Amino acid sequence: MTPPKAATAVPEVPLSAAGNPIGFGRMLRKEDARFLRGEGHYLDDITLPGMLHGALLRSPHAHARILSIDASAAEAHPKVKAVITGAVLETLNLAWMPTLSADTQAVLATDKVRFQGQEVAFVVAEDRYAARDALELIEVEYEVLPPVIDAQRALDADAPVIRTDQEGRTDNLIFDWEAGDAAACDEVFARAEVVAAADILYPRSHPSPMETCGSIAHMDKVTGKLTCWITSQAPHAHRTVYALVAGLPEHKIQVISPDIGGGFGNKVPVYPGYVCVVVASIVTGAPVKWMEDRSENLMTTGFARDYHMHGEIAATADGRILAVRTDTLADHGAFNATAQPTKYPAGFFHIFTGSYDIEAAHCKVRGVYTNKAPGGVAYACSFRITEAVYLVERLVDVLAHDLGVDPAELRMKNLIQPEQFPYTTKTGWEYDSGDYPLALRTTLEAAGYEALRAEQAERRAAWEATGEGTLMGIGLSFFTEGVGAGPRKHMDILGLGMADGCELRVHPTGKAVLRLSVQTQGQGHETTFAQIVAHELGLPPEDVEVVHGDTDQTPFGLGTYGSRSTPVSGAAASVVSRRVRDKARVVAAAALECSADDLEWELGRWQVKGDPGQGRTIQEIAMLAHSSLELPEGVEGHLDASAVYNPPNLTYPYGAYLCVVDVDPATGEVRVRRFIATDDCGPRINPMIVEGQIHGGLAEGIGMALMQVIAFDEDGNCLGGSFMDYLLPTPLECPSWELGETVTPSPHHPLGCKGVGESATVGSPAAVVNAVIDALAPFGIRHVDMPLTPAQVWLATQGRPVRTDLAFS
Amino acid sequence: MQVTMTVNGVPATGEIEPRLLLVHFLRDHLGLTGTHWGCDTSNCGVCVVLMDDQPVKSCTVLAAMADGREITTVEGMARNGTLDPVQEGFMREHGLQCGFCTPAMMLTARALLDADPDPTPDTIRRALCGTSCRCTGYENIVRAVRWAAEHPAGEEVSA
Repeated sequence: MTPPKAATAVPEVPLSAAGNPIGFGRMLRKEDARFLRGEGHYLDDITLPGMLHGALLRSPHAHARILSIDASAAEAHPKVKAVITGAVLETLNLAWMPTLSADTQAVLATDKVRFQGQEVAFVVAEDRYAARDALELIEVEYEVLPPVIDAQRALDADAPVIRTDQEGRTDNLIFDWEAGDAAACDEVFARAEVVAAADILYPRSHPSPMETCGSIAHMDKVTGKLTCWITSQAPHAHRTVYALVAGLPEHKIQVISPDIGGGFGNKVPVYPGYVCVVVASIVTGAPVKWMEDRSENLMTTGFARDYHMHGEIAATADGRILAVRTDTLADHGAFNATAQPTKYPAGFFHIFTGSYDIEAAHCKVRGVYTNKAPGGVAYACSFRITEAVYLVERLVDVLAHDLGVDPAELRMKNLIQPEQFPYTTKTGWEYDSGDYPLALRTTLEAAGYEALRAEQAERRAAWEATGEGTLMGIGLSFFTEGVGAGPRKHMDILGLGMADGCELRVHPTGKAVLRLSVQTQGQGHETTFAQIVAHELGLPPEDVEVVHGDTDQTPFGLGTYGSRSTPVSGAAASVVSRRVRDKARVVAAAALECSADDLEWELGRWQVKGDPGQGRTIQEIAMLAHSSLELPEGVEGHLDASAVYNPPNLTYPYGAYLCVVDVDPATGEVRVRRFIATDDCGPRINPMIVEGQIHGGLAEGIGMALMQVIAFDEDGNCLGGSFMDYLLPTPLECPSWELGETVTPSPHHPLGCKGVGESATVGSPAAVVNAVIDALAPFGIRHVDMPLTPAQVWLATQGRPVRTDLAFS
Repeated sequence: MQVTMTVNGVPATGEIEPRLLLVHFLRDHLGLTGTHWGCDTSNCGVCVVLMDDQPVKSCTVLAAMADGREITTVEGMARNGTLDPVQEGFMREHGLQCGFCTPAMMLTARALLDADPDPTPDTIRRALCGTSCRCTGYENIVRAVRWAAEHPAGEEVSA
């Protein structure tokens, strides 16, 4: 499919001798060479001399008082080197650790366990099998307590108090937070001709990257240096947290994030196992590895969503949207361990006004503790924008249903117009740029929207006549994300401002090393960032080595999540390259014995204005910069630079998605027939990589909408603890994706790039759900909660859909 | 107990506990860490290797069950310094991102192409559905296998 494009900001670029674009364009990935040969170095691939293996004993109960722990039999196991319990950690003042939301979380439980799977003891043994064996030998006596499993009951007056460790606490409320103008919103709702409302659950989901989480710690007692290999999306932030938690001097901590087998936000938090290996290495004097298994990953690490949303939308009778408001309950589990900018306890959820030009909005979110695993912000969610987009895009469809109008027409009528940018929303966001109607038109044209609606009508008539066959559904979603967190004065995590450093060194022979603070988990940084330097300096991208993931090798920065690598670090790479270019100009002027002002830049070369034959290539300049060439007073030699990029605003990628499904009402089975996705993330540095990012996110959307849920029974048993119960989409559930593109550069990013990593995960679930509900229109259905499993769809057709997050509603 | 098998054409012998899984024998005893471990329940499929040319999930095969068999791992795919066309297809069509499922996907694809040199996209999807990928949405993996089908001798002579 070749959809119409907006004016592109990406000119054709020359190719290097190796055939790579010297700048933006499709380029095969540098990192593939090792992955294709099985020579990646993931955490579990690392073996150190004398390394021991750890395993965690976990709680079988959701809420229970620990009466006693007897580890003597485990300690007597011939291969066991140490057993660490909460009591041991208490003597080191390490039984609790701070979370990235400035709450505390138990490393190993001392008083109570607060969710099923919580960490209780850590065994260190000679091999991983022995460590697991020894777990069976630990006797723990529990007094089982009533759990809080349903977030909607967490604030009941008689709900058990979970965080009894917090002095004076009498309830399970974490925060009560608002954005927007409640009074203005009330006024608009009072005079609106139409108000539509819905209770919408975004159930608990889990990112479950194919590689689980783990860590190796090695405390060198001679040098006092702690080296930690961690499956980390944020090695620098983790180093600082370690310094704060353990009281270790930060210059004696090195965090190495090796090849990461997928992150999706799951590898942002600090997990108890990471702290246990540090203590275990100190106790045993040996390096210690801990690698969780799949059930541990699913049951205990950073989950996503669990947002219980009541939404309302006000409009005129002819479909002009006036206002939206929501009262939302956020289930954060037993500890508030989300990772998001401090000022925003509900993340960026208050961007829930979406892509529409409205008069008023109000957002109220209460966060609650439950006896479930901690987490919340994870899974490519753009700091809760996934929930926000799902809410508003469902509400728009509910409104279309109530008004009896076409959902595409309703969206087109209410989109923010190109001339309104920069557009300040009613909850305070300043959208940087966009042409929303163009994106929606692109998608509708590519899909053949009119023909699809005609086919749907025919199929529906046939089904109504015979009661047999499938129903066809067409679902739309229009999303706007705010990514690239973020401006330091507004955004920090644990007091660490969200700026990112970058360093570039051009060696005498013109080969360069770029050092990043962000860390790839599959996004292809080693290729894309080399292309940024190529774009700015004219160096072949194969001549630029990208170093990342090691705190001793790279400058400080907050890491890769929230689609922030290109918006923040990509900008830093651009800025640092331009600094090198400016310095190269001075060197070239010295060599050419002219004024720097007399030179002009032609990709890869400074040359004399009006006499382009007189010039020096960037490679020649690199050697000159390191030579005995006399440079002007105050100009130092060499060709290096560093930068810290503090974004002036977020960037706002957006897109228009359309999903076509076929639903069999007799079985509830949903088949995704087509998915059309038009994304605008600004100029695409490497279109191949961008498309891959979008493909992956679209599959995740199908997973969330149709398959994936972490549900619980009334005792707090996790019902999604293995891949037998937590269902990931396979190639059979995914269609062949159809992608479109428009290009609206960000006006404040040096490259115009907006980020794309999470766009499809954010935008796609609503399109899938809207399509299924559209198919079910003959049943009078206007909302059903995800995941739309065959059982849930069939129950919906019978008028009794269930709470998908509970096994006991 | 002792096991002996042929791994990537080379004889391998080990003294093991009877309960040792093949994935751990390959990774921990032979140092072949290209085979990954993702779930323990035969669901995720990142541990696929070829046993007598058939894809098996090595997290649910005991090393003892592989005694006397021929095992191929990702480290054995390139021959004489030349990438298998499947490996080249994955590179050219961007069939991998984080790379964690990639060895399993490629080995499964190799077994498919050995049995069916010209599979349709639908056949490819069915053949690969035992391994999960969270990054690619599968589209480019299907294209990668098609590339390999269309270039049975590959294009590049480099590894």
